[in-house]
Amino acid sequence: MALTLFEKIWNTHLVSEESAESPGILFIDFHLLNEVTSPQAFKQLAKRMIPIHRPSGALAIIDHSTPTLPAGIDGRRPYVTRDAENQVITMERNSHEQGIRFLGWEDPLRGIVHVVGPELGLTLPGMTIVCGDSHTSTHGAFGALAFGIGTSEVAQVLATQCLLQRQPKTMRVLVSGSLRRGVSAKDLALQVVTQLGAGGAAGYVIEFAGEVIAELSMEERMTLCNMSIECGARAGIIAPDNVTFEWLRNCPEAPNNIEHLVSAWVELKTDNQAIFDAEILVDANVIEPMVTWGVTPDTAVAISQCSPEMDLDDPRRVSLDYMGFKSGAAMKGQRIDYVFIGSCTNARLPDLRIAAEIMRGRKIPPHVTLLVVPGSESVRRAAEAEGLDEIFLSAGGEWRLAGCSMCLGMNGDLVPAGKRVVSTSNRNFIGRQGTGARTVLASPATAAASAIAGVLADPREFYS
Amino acid sequence: MSTPFKVLQSKFILLPQCDIDTDQIVPARFMATTSEEGLAHAFFYDARHDEAGQKKSDHVLNVKDIADHQILVAAANFGCGSSREHAVWALKDFGFRAVLTPKAADIFKSNAINNGVLVIEIHQAFYELLSQNQSSSMTIDLEKQTISLLGAGVSTFQVDSFARRCLLMGTDRLGYLLESLPAIRAFEAARRLNSTE
Repeated sequence: MALTLFEKIWNTHLVSEESAESPGILFIDFHLLNEVTSPQAFKQLAKRMIPIHRPSGALAIIDHSTPTLPAGIDGRRPYVTRDAENQVITMERNSHEQGIRFLGWEDPLRGIVHVVGPELGLTLPGMTIVCGDSHTSTHGAFGALAFGIGTSEVAQVLATQCLLQRQPKTMRVLVSGSLRRGVSAKDLALQVVTQLGAGGAAGYVIEFAGEVIAELSMEERMTLCNMSIECGARAGIIAPDNVTFEWLRNCPEAPNNIEHLVSAWVELKTDNQAIFDAEILVDANVIEPMVTWGVTPDTAVAISQCSPEMDLDDPRRVSLDYMGFKSGAAMKGQRIDYVFIGSCTNARLPDLRIAAEIMRGRKIPPHVTLLVVPGSESVRRAAEAEGLDEIFLSAGGEWRLAGCSMCLGMNGDLVPAGKRVVSTSNRNFIGRQGTGARTVLASPATAAASAIAGVLADPREFYS
Repeated sequence: MSTPFKVLQSKFILLPQCDIDTDQIVPARFMATTSEEGLAHAFFYDARHDEAGQKKSDHVLNVKDIADHQILVAAANFGCGSSREHAVWALKDFGFRAVLTPKAADIFKSNAINNGVLVIEIHQAFYELLSQNQSSSMTIDLEKQTISLLGAGVSTFQVDSFARRCLLMGTDRLGYLLESLPAIRAFEAARRLNSTE
């Protein structure tokens, strides 16, 4: 029987199949933990005296509550609250007590979980991967089935290395044509999310396929899969190919017998006759740099376009008003106050290179605050070795330590109420980047161009 | 283990916005906790409070007595975005026991079941009916899978049979999985044998 890539992974991880009465039991290969969504899980297991089933199947990293400014001369980290510091201490203690590998402050490999796993070569094709974080979908770029879970499920995976699951439906997003200069995987992701709607893929696992996907780098594939959750998808996945294998050959912690594994991984693709429950087509040729006008990620329009025309009683008015935009107003040229280049969506080395290329030798205007936060400490060192930090600093921006930072503002990196921020992150929800903050989602190129212009800008005008 | 959910008779509170995300339900700054308790305060904090931190007197969640309104009715795609279970902990701590929406986000649904909160995906037409009868009381009978709305008769609803059984009996999903550990160990052993490593 012809199978989709998703079905191949799913079938080989079922401990028991689902029935009308009971869900299936799905085995999980790799469990990522962070300090925010795991403490209650450890606490629950300790209270019930349930041991951790397979500590080697997990990796714990601190990224959400961590300050991005360095420790002071007294050696203390500038935590936003004692509670935030307590989460970090708790994560370290739980990992240590349970024999789970922990990447803490002293570890040079620390970073955002979804940047670090792939960077080290721990994210592999054909795996099932979960984390108490919705952007776990990022790892699907490697042909892994990866999805976010809640804290009760974190406890379930710690205790049994399994989850109770009903099989999701499958959807193929087929992308044809090619992305034009100045148009990135982020713009493609915003186009897909807008085409499907914020809940349009709920209940589905998306497979991204087509000639454009084959041409994308691993970093670009991660950006695209990362955003799958923004249209409600359970996961996003891309079949592994030579681009994937070449990435893994260069990873410090990829398995030793990688060539042997590659010979099996080439089979991890959707069979020709396989049937998807749904399919949509996307024409990459017509995609422009995208920006959002509303408070859900499915409100993207081309930078050359206007916000939608709407009547006074249009329910979408609430979002437009929150963002401080007028009905039918040109997006390009709208004033901005903050720019955030970071997050598990867009803070890998090529993202920073693209932003730096635009900002080189230029300065941001005084009314703009620019924060550049690398996705991992490895990315930070690589960027510094190339002098990218100097470009951002000379432009008038800030260069920080790795972490989730302003994407969700848990660590105190916040946008003030009423201020508009162009952000390379994934969510423009009400209050996401700070109470009353107004988020415009965009690519690193658009964010960099806007930082320089002091208004929403088209990055294509910055290339010679 | 949570309290079994059998029959719930209550009025409801309606939140008519589509795509309510879990960042709105519990803003990120309230997640810096290592406990799942005491999150009622954080529930829709930014919407319920003014800039000075005072409760807004006109917000529906501040106005109504939650003891009489244990059902939340929300527009489609409720609970989208972040996987934070804090959203369900806060919703439950605030006093809600059931959520009715034309569509609930996948992770939110799992989190709800794990905390004994019933999520029912209702037809858009039934949602419209509820939005036109906001002062009505309803009775949700999970055993019979019916909702009776005062003055509007009885309708049936669909819910995952396992979720229903867990809620009715207060079954602990972790306990259910732990019972499967022998099968899980056998699976792991077979995989090691077949492994190409």
